[in-house]
Amino acid sequence: MTSWVPSPRRAFRVWQRNASVYRRTWKTNILPNFFEPLLYLLAIGVGLGAFVGRQIEGLRYASYLAPALAAVSATMGASFEVTWNAYVRIHMDKIWEAATSTPVMLQDVVLGELAWSASRGTIYGTAFLVVAALLGYVDTPLAILAVPAFALLAFVFALLGMTFTALVPTIDFYSFYFTLFVTPLTLFSGVYFPLERMPGWLQGVAWFSPLRHSSCLLRVLFLGHRVGATCAAAPLEALWLAGAAVLLFPLPALLLRRRLIR
Amino acid sequence: MPPEPVEARGLVKRFGETTAVAGISFTVSARQCFGFVGPNGAGKTTVMRMVSCASPPTDGVLEVLGMNVATSPRLIKARLGVVPQDLNLDTAVSVLENLAIYARYFDIPRKVALERSLKWLDFFKLSGRIDWRVNDLSGGMKRRLLIARGLLNEPDVLLLDEPTTGLDPQARHLIWDKLRQLKSEGVTLLLTTHYMDEAAQLCDRLVIMHQGRILVEGAPDQLVADRLPPRVLELRGATDETRVLAERLGPVVENLASQSDRLLLYTRDSDELLAKVRSAGLPFASTLSRDSSLEDLFLMLTGRSLVE
Repeated sequence: MTSWVPSPRRAFRVWQRNASVYRRTWKTNILPNFFEPLLYLLAIGVGLGAFVGRQIEGLRYASYLAPALAAVSATMGASFEVTWNAYVRIHMDKIWEAATSTPVMLQDVVLGELAWSASRGTIYGTAFLVVAALLGYVDTPLAILAVPAFALLAFVFALLGMTFTALVPTIDFYSFYFTLFVTPLTLFSGVYFPLERMPGWLQGVAWFSPLRHSSCLLRVLFLGHRVGATCAAAPLEALWLAGAAVLLFPLPALLLRRRLIR
Repeated sequence: MPPEPVEARGLVKRFGETTAVAGISFTVSARQCFGFVGPNGAGKTTVMRMVSCASPPTDGVLEVLGMNVATSPRLIKARLGVVPQDLNLDTAVSVLENLAIYARYFDIPRKVALERSLKWLDFFKLSGRIDWRVNDLSGGMKRRLLIARGLLNEPDVLLLDEPTTGLDPQARHLIWDKLRQLKSEGVTLLLTTHYMDEAAQLCDRLVIMHQGRILVEGAPDQLVADRLPPRVLELRGATDETRVLAERLGPVVENLASQSDRLLLYTRDSDELLAKVRSAGLPFASTLSRDSSLEDLFLMLTGRSLVE
């Protein structure tokens, strides 16, 4: 019987394909991952931080900012992969078509791509973590747990981006995804400023943002303690992300199946 | 007895209101080269996509290697080689890496994959290009690499969708030679083409498809022999008057067709016909006397004007 259940082994083959291609260019790919956080931390954390003038939740602004920026970095790494890159692989280079002419099924490709996207997000986040640690913005060895946290939050964003990819009419529409969805999330999820003094409705909306829970979680993992009254305990924040992943999991595969199998 | 490689009964494919394949039946036997011939839009690629489990049939029965495409796609695909019409190679990585990636999809162990890759690259005269990026290959090389890739899992059936479209004559002949060699080694080939010379060169049996239906099925020579007189006299630079006069030449002209300024007269005896044409004073610029071909049959069956 045809099953809709993905085969983890075949999905791994797809992950391996993306990793093989990525490895070809990893030197040019990985360097920006180190430079970009450095620039952000310097410009916003240190530069703008000097004007913030006082501490946020008892922290220097750069220390407050670094963990959440790491989450944003992982978000971006994952999101690019399942949007523009996946679109090119599906519709232009026909990489999915090649893979599915073998024992690999569409649901395996989707899972492999999601896993790869999460891996790339994890690479981005971890690169940020390393830079932040070198600059003295990491206070606890607990930070090693940030690596699986990046993987989890990147997987959530992989699911979101892949869902959009299943629906997007042309590649030009991705600018909407980023300007109307991803960027607002980075701006209003308590990354750059605490949500505690924002209006209650904004806090309510922000509860639905994966990046809100990611920022809360990563601050604990970078700094060793909870920051901000509206954040839940770290395990609960991780649970929120895991729950989102479970809820969203079937969506992209279902939609892509409807779109691509004709 | 093992099941036939491909068996279709009443196969239908509809896309919304459009019917791409309108209920066709065919059987591809083992170690045979079976061709789907037809103009663009005839439904050939749709059939190939259904056989390769990429597109589910709307109706009818389609069994590949004795398994139903709807229920056993993974098992079927493990034993098929698929060479698509549109190139879908990984353009950013090397020739060898392309094969390594593809072999992994089949769970072929790395060492075996390397051995087979080198064997097929050698077979397709690509040995000197193993570390080239696909982007740097010529069109003919890319096509050969695509076929080599389709052979990595040592398939029982190799599906080729227009394998030589857009290639120069040298590249086409090389591919034909290799496909004939594969067939002699026992690989069953299923191919689509709109080139009649390709179909006549390669196919043991073929069907001519038009608008989603099979018009005729058989061995290429036999199809022509059964349906057309053996010889054609082409009159070039023919006018309306040529046609009017030709129609009065009597039973020596068994069939007659016009194509722009060419008048094709089908006959058993082209020498006798030419003599009659001359004595009747038919206006024309030049003549060509030749055997009737699959292309004649194809054009007769599918019409001489552009389909699209």
